[in-house]
Amino acid sequence: MSEKMTRRTFLKAAGAFTAAAALPVGLVEMAWGQKSSEKFTFAYISDAHITQIKGTEFVKNFDKGLQKAVFEVNFMDPKPDFVVFGGDLAQLGKKEEFEHGLEIMKDLTVPVKWVTGEHDYYLDLGKYWQEKISPLYYSFDHKGVHFVVLNSILTDDDWTYKRWPTPEERMLQMARLDNPHGSPFMVKEEQRAWLKKDLAKTGKETPIVVLSHSPLYKIFKPWNFWTDDAEEVQVILSPFKNVMVLHGHVHQILYNQIGNIPFNAFLATAWPWPYPVSYSQLPNKVPAMTVFMNRADPFKERDGTGWGYFDVNGGMLHHYELWENTPRMVRAGGKMKHPEDTEYQDPTKRIPPQEHY
Amino acid sequence: MGRIWISLLFLIIVAWVGPFWAGEVPLGLPPIPIPADNPQSPEKIALGKRLFEDKRFSGDGTISCATCHDPTKAFTDGEPTADGINNLRGTRNSPTVINAAYYEAQFWDGRRSSLEEQAKDPFLNPIEHGLTSHEQILETIRRDGSYPAQFRSVFGIEPRNITIDHVVKAIASFERTIISGDSPFDRYLYGDDKTAMSESAIRGLEIYRTKGRCQDCHTIGQTNATFTDNKFHNLGVGFKRIEARVMQIASAFRKAKQEGRDIDRSVLGDKEISELGRFVITLRPSDIGQFKTPTLRNVAVTAPYMHDGSLQTLEEVVELYNKGGEKNPFLDSGIRPLNLTDQEKADLVAFMKSLTSPQFANVTPSKKKE
Repeated sequence: MSEKMTRRTFLKAAGAFTAAAALPVGLVEMAWGQKSSEKFTFAYISDAHITQIKGTEFVKNFDKGLQKAVFEVNFMDPKPDFVVFGGDLAQLGKKEEFEHGLEIMKDLTVPVKWVTGEHDYYLDLGKYWQEKISPLYYSFDHKGVHFVVLNSILTDDDWTYKRWPTPEERMLQMARLDNPHGSPFMVKEEQRAWLKKDLAKTGKETPIVVLSHSPLYKIFKPWNFWTDDAEEVQVILSPFKNVMVLHGHVHQILYNQIGNIPFNAFLATAWPWPYPVSYSQLPNKVPAMTVFMNRADPFKERDGTGWGYFDVNGGMLHHYELWENTPRMVRAGGKMKHPEDTEYQDPTKRIPPQEHY
Repeated sequence: MGRIWISLLFLIIVAWVGPFWAGEVPLGLPPIPIPADNPQSPEKIALGKRLFEDKRFSGDGTISCATCHDPTKAFTDGEPTADGINNLRGTRNSPTVINAAYYEAQFWDGRRSSLEEQAKDPFLNPIEHGLTSHEQILETIRRDGSYPAQFRSVFGIEPRNITIDHVVKAIASFERTIISGDSPFDRYLYGDDKTAMSESAIRGLEIYRTKGRCQDCHTIGQTNATFTDNKFHNLGVGFKRIEARVMQIASAFRKAKQEGRDIDRSVLGDKEISELGRFVITLRPSDIGQFKTPTLRNVAVTAPYMHDGSLQTLEEVVELYNKGGEKNPFLDSGIRPLNLTDQEKADLVAFMKSLTSPQFANVTPSKKKE
């Protein structure tokens, strides 16, 4: 932005958005992908973290989160064209966890586009995933939008292949937050080259949605809310007029804009993470425009989790189905050139935090 | 003659509700929310009370607001579900009007946002007052010997200009005087009278706030208590009626609503749609089977309980929560088995019995009619 925005102009713009948000969704016209795509909806479910305790025993809470999301997506009217699974189907990448998770996911009545997460990957380095679920990275076209799925949770070869005595130990290390022996996520050279080639066939005006597990930008390294070669990926995406990145991993409402690229995070069905800024005093880059999701009420095991869907209609309207809480909508590509909460960007309209004990 | 009658009525009302009208609230309650466009006045409250009790505003002249919200029964009817004209029975338990002024949304599913808007619906519901149009009320009012003078005095309008909005404003004003606090609990917690509650009730309050997990929804605040979070929750009560076909029923209702079907008639006239709860307003599947958290004030004198009046005693209600509600796919995640001992259950009931305000202490809980 060339001019510094004053609070007043900001509020004015935010007010205009609120007014627009009151219109039926079908009438909202947005800059993103204008005229280039047909109207459609896709849903997402992410970060299910199906966890085996032993044998046929799994953590019930995580099962219930995924089951609830599947059930609710099936109830959508009109039906979404497809569902994106945003990664971390399993907790420790075990065959039993995948099988159990797939058993729940098979009830979906619409096709699934799969994104892999680090919890799916670091036990067998994507073997089960590729054999039984999906390629690790690929692209597809849908009603005028070009979708690209990246495997953004790779890391350097030494850490991946040489550091750990067993695959199980490697998986456990990758699953830890604040791990001094951790290693940052990367898309890596091979995939970036593939991405360049894939996008070479795509017109500069064509809407592009990039789906990754980790955010393709840098928020907080100790929790791997981070992709180390994010800038290089952003450069590849920079020539495109209508490009957007959707990601899982952070388990909360989070959005950002870097250059031409809006970023939106998926909700998790398993549990919500706190924002690093509220939890850790360490330096972090939680985007300034984000209207925080309240800390979940521990009384309710589903609070702070959920699923969501996108209305693609000459733009992208992200509906956050925040369970046991107020649903929210975030719009990408409005006048502010930032993803914005349609109701709560104005500080006076934000949902007050829970105060009772 | 009419003037004297009005003045007399006015005096009675002021004597009864005077302190509340003047903005004072009983111990343990927050200030009463009064909408800016409907300020309280003694004349308006008196008019509202008269309208509230007028049976002429019904299809067969037998039903007034006070039929189901009976002042002698703590503003309930003691029935599992409401009994309307021609003995037609609705699907939902008549909630007490006491302290309804504090709710952020009215009806069990919160389908109306104010007391004023709430008051419009029962008149036209075919199984409640059974009128076909609000105009029938206005005609009765205009033809009445003293209503026109009262409306002129309260709203400064001529009879021909009276609308249903004036009628419901007066009713809502009256309802905002039906508040009650100052219970043994209030005197114990907010009045610093440590002898106001029994030992059992004091233990019950502790259970209420901890192991019983009651506090999280039936909120007790630092300075006052409305005993509600103003939210909606699924406990599974009545859910068996629709469980087998829930998505079919929900989908059919969603379609009907999109085609303009009336919500009020649907939920009170159709037992299955009624059980969809909050869903009928939001159409969010996660809201299926959710109902508003009701206040617990005067709960000992407002049986039977739950949105469908299916539980007769407080002991049964405690058992429901103790077993973690009725299992169903939409059960609130905060509802879990509690493993309460018999003593803890008895203490919780003793605590709930300490929530009765003095003016309702003599109401006898209704017996189930056979």
